[in-house]
Amino acid sequence: MNRETSLPPQFNVGQRVLVDDRKSVGHCRTPAFVRGRVGVIAEVLGAFRNPEKLAYHRPGLPAQVLYAVRFRQHELWPAYEGTKTDELDIDIYANWLTPAAAI
Amino acid sequence: MPTPGKHNEIREGTGGRTVHDIGGLDFGAIDMSEHDLALWEKRVDAMIVLLNARKKVFRTDAMRRVIESYGEQQYDATDYYEKWVRALRNLVLEQELVTREELEEKLVEAVETFKSEGREVASETVPWDDIGNREEASR
Repeated sequence: MNRETSLPPQFNVGQRVLVDDRKSVGHCRTPAFVRGRVGVIAEVLGAFRNPEKLAYHRPGLPAQVLYAVRFRQHELWPAYEGTKTDELDIDIYANWLTPAAAI
Repeated sequence: MPTPGKHNEIREGTGGRTVHDIGGLDFGAIDMSEHDLALWEKRVDAMIVLLNARKKVFRTDAMRRVIESYGEQQYDATDYYEKWVRALRNLVLEQELVTREELEEKLVEAVETFKSEGREVASETVPWDDIGNREEASR
């Protein structure tokens, strides 16, 4: 991580994570359609100032680690007509993620 | 400085989604066609680059927060650069770059200039109290 003030990464590539199903309070970057869903860490993107604080003119520190989390399209959309292997990567900050049980 | 409060506008009938968070809802097909930007849109873009990236008056996240605090009706009725210009208006006040009086004065001046040049002027103005910054509106 390139920022001295950042938290260390908590998740590794390939790890299963659960997106928190909480309601947003103020600005946040986690779309509703992935909340409560399980995905896999596809990439550790680095640490960035927390947008939930920057939105209110706060410094946004400590920086939050941002992950690309990979979801199966057919698990997100009940009526999905593509193949079973279609995937979607969503960038999600660490404060929305907890470890999910391995399959 | 008016401290912006945390506030979420909820879209009706979505189980508590905020107004902008519409991924997966049925809004019909997305219009993918390109269009040329109007001069005012380019100017809004330039102001955003100056105030955000260059002058650090606010971050993109703050603009998003203001836009997300529009009511559902206003959110759906405005297009991309309308949302941005209204957020700009809020944020220059919030960050005390200009006062509301100064801004209103300039707007009156602009309307007069437009009218004297025979240019089109919108019959309605966007009300101050529905553009997100409740603290500002209630003062």
